[in-house]
Amino acid sequence: MKIADKNTKAVDLVREALEKAKKYEEYHCFISMNESHALERAREIDEKIANGEKVGRLAGVPYALKDNYLSREGVTTAAARMLDNFPSPITATAVAKLEAEGAIMIGRTNLDAYAHGSSTENSYFGPTLNSHDTSRVAGGSSGGSAVAVALGIVPFALGSDTGGSIRQPASYNGVIGIKPTYGTVSRYGVVAMASSTDVMGCFANTIEDADLVMRIMAGKDPKDSTTLDDFWTRDLEDAKPKKKKIGIVKDFLGNGVDEEVKKTFLDYAKQAEKAGFEVEEIEMPIAKYGLAIYYIIQPAEVASNLSRYDGIRYGHRAAEITDLDSIYNKTRDEGFMPENKRRIMIGNFVLSSGFFDAYYLKAQKARTLLIKAYDEAFEKYDALLCAVAPAPAFKLGEKVNDPLQMYMEDVMSVPPSMAGLPAIAVPAGSSKSGLPIGVQLVGPRKSDQVLLNIAKSIEESK
Amino acid sequence: MSEYKITIGIECHVQLNTKTKLFSAVDNDAVDKEPNSCVSPIDYALPGMLPVLNKAAVEKAVKAGLAMNCKINLVSRFDRKHYYYPDLPKGYQISQMYQPIIGAGEIHLPDGSTVKIEHAHMEEDAGKLTHYGTYSLVDLNRAGTPLIEIVSMPDIHSAAQARLYCEELHRLMLYADVTNGDLYQGNMRFDVNISISDTDKLGTRAEIKNLNSFRSVERAVEYEYSRQKALLEKGEKVKQETRGWNDATGKTTSQRSKEEAQDYRYMPEPDVPPIALEQSYVDKIAANMPMMPDEFRSKFGVLNLDASEQEAILNYPVLAQRLSEVCDKDIKLAPRVAHWFSSILLAEENIDKNFALATAPELVELSEMVEKKELSSTAGKEVFLELYDKKNTSKTPHTLAKEMNLLQENDEGALEAIIDEVLTAPECAKAAEDVRNGEMKAIGFLVGQVMKKSKGKANPATVNELIKKKLS
Repeated sequence: MKIADKNTKAVDLVREALEKAKKYEEYHCFISMNESHALERAREIDEKIANGEKVGRLAGVPYALKDNYLSREGVTTAAARMLDNFPSPITATAVAKLEAEGAIMIGRTNLDAYAHGSSTENSYFGPTLNSHDTSRVAGGSSGGSAVAVALGIVPFALGSDTGGSIRQPASYNGVIGIKPTYGTVSRYGVVAMASSTDVMGCFANTIEDADLVMRIMAGKDPKDSTTLDDFWTRDLEDAKPKKKKIGIVKDFLGNGVDEEVKKTFLDYAKQAEKAGFEVEEIEMPIAKYGLAIYYIIQPAEVASNLSRYDGIRYGHRAAEITDLDSIYNKTRDEGFMPENKRRIMIGNFVLSSGFFDAYYLKAQKARTLLIKAYDEAFEKYDALLCAVAPAPAFKLGEKVNDPLQMYMEDVMSVPPSMAGLPAIAVPAGSSKSGLPIGVQLVGPRKSDQVLLNIAKSIEESK
Repeated sequence: MSEYKITIGIECHVQLNTKTKLFSAVDNDAVDKEPNSCVSPIDYALPGMLPVLNKAAVEKAVKAGLAMNCKINLVSRFDRKHYYYPDLPKGYQISQMYQPIIGAGEIHLPDGSTVKIEHAHMEEDAGKLTHYGTYSLVDLNRAGTPLIEIVSMPDIHSAAQARLYCEELHRLMLYADVTNGDLYQGNMRFDVNISISDTDKLGTRAEIKNLNSFRSVERAVEYEYSRQKALLEKGEKVKQETRGWNDATGKTTSQRSKEEAQDYRYMPEPDVPPIALEQSYVDKIAANMPMMPDEFRSKFGVLNLDASEQEAILNYPVLAQRLSEVCDKDIKLAPRVAHWFSSILLAEENIDKNFALATAPELVELSEMVEKKELSSTAGKEVFLELYDKKNTSKTPHTLAKEMNLLQENDEGALEAIIDEVLTAPECAKAAEDVRNGEMKAIGFLVGQVMKKSKGKANPATVNELIKKKLS
């Protein structure tokens, strides 16, 4: 990516990004633009450079921010009517770290409301269109960010990934998507979806760009007790895999996976062998239960995390209210999208007394088994390889009325999320009709940079 | 008519006196503050806010547990308890449902009985809602204040014992310095579960919520006993329900029944990692625990104080501590100091329990002055009332006594001058003559005259001796 210096003006970088954003307006990547702030900050950086002052590692680099991150610049909506026009008094830690390095946010990108979804169609503001075929979905929930990077509007964009929300749209749009180890980047100031699997990551067009952005955002944050000590500290070439072995999860090669996806994936595996990796099939029978585990634990946490949107203190409040119950009922009825409500209902059901043991507790036990299965696999392999989604981007409207089909999108992206593992999505090829297809590398906790190193060596062996 | 046995279990919420809240770094002391002035984005439950556990609250909880002779659980966890109310910004309260920090223990009451503690857990307080006819206002100053909820076993069997339990719990929490203990401010609140039965099986219980004085605990239990007894005697059943207490009417009223009870949908709190304590950390706190009321009771036993006087002193850790120090210096002087202490408790309605009390050496000095008859006992108490609150004075007992003109004059030279003056005064001639003739009851008049002239500072015994010597 281009970084501002004596020869490259930050103002030009930002202006160029803003112009492209306007040019590609029909894709609906953005919910709101941050034009005046962005230009003002760019001018400040140019001034610093002119004065010979030190500027950050991302000086003048424009980027796009998924609209579930809080920032004092502009309003955060989470693509929900509930937060329509919410000016945040605080800035998310990840955003503050990027700003401190001179990165400039040009706009807030579209998402499924509260990040609930796999197509960005659940946005209160309407869907984002796929970068390669405007009749198809962008993927989701971080669809706006993925498309903004794929169209070259910005060199990187932030997303959040709870069960695939970065990897799947990355795959659908042919860009790199990083879902780091749970606890790598602070969640402080990001609208919570499911706290125990929410991670903050990014989209980029090159592995180096992704590495730099993650390096800057990573690290312990006293405001988020679940953050890990900073481990994203190595030069990428130093993060070499030790075993040179990659496992292919056989359980994800069966029915329901599109033939073109399967072929692209197997080609990528061959490429990995060319790059010097030993590639083996492994069985991980518990992996296919990942989705079932996820759709119990995630809605439970979602239902809990969305309780705060009650119309009392901020955000939307229904107009005609008569008593306390109507504040809650009408406000939440109007403020949430159908998918939000579906998850609130599932979540409250699995947590309710009498059902808690049978659903939530059992899911947590299964989750422990899943983590164990991964730990065992990683005694043998540096990484596990699988597709990101069962098929390339689907048509707009195709799955909107079939939530189960929509949830199936997450079947391969959810297991690493439940185990807190790093998973990166990298472009691997295209369908005959030109739709991008990505693959996913999953590694043990804190091996994020090793995964990037592996992806890079496979890319370079082509 | 059957005899009913009453069974009582008490849940007590104690607000911890930490500087900041349980999960946010804002002021935890909301007394006299503007509504919503002690509220952080975390307490306000803005999107994206995460709770950060206050370590000082954990330490206070451990202290509270040790004060109740409880097991401290080295690993404990937080859970979310969900319900909707405007004073609960997140829509859930962070509490400890499954793995509380404080395990089983017991406390000993002054009447010799023991009440077992089932467990105690940490949680955050809610805000406050004030209703004004057609609208209500929310104040979140108290939202996020650290609490421990202490759950007793159903070991209590009378209204008086229920009160004693609450009072002793209050003392323990004060001694451990985990709460300000101001009941009026809601620092300690009691939920009382009461059932009665004339068989070995426990009866159906009613829970009386949110009692905030010892007296109301006692009265509510008494009322519930007669209410439930009347129901049973009519052949009706006691309903399992939550009831509220009306202090004005002295009655409890139904709030909601078991069927209407909320499903709190408990869930492990994913944003706060488990609390993992080292045994050495607990041991260190245990080693530095201050003396507890029971230890003071056994120490003060030899003073033979009136029981109510002793318990009144024990209500103020600072008084008990000082009395204990006086005991260490000179046990003979301690009863007098104890009486002085109870005199201030009688004199003042509400004494600030953290007031700067005179030091033990000062109290010993004052007490010794009375012993040596440099001060009359009445004068000693007068000086004490000036001395005890160091906010008012920094003077020594002797200086104070002198300034207050209360020192008894034992200097014979000065006294003789006064006596000579009295004996030669015309109005005393008759009495002096009588004493000379052996009619000793007239001496009282002369001593009185000397005392008057000395403005009470003369020691009457010394005066008596000197007059006798002069007139013999």
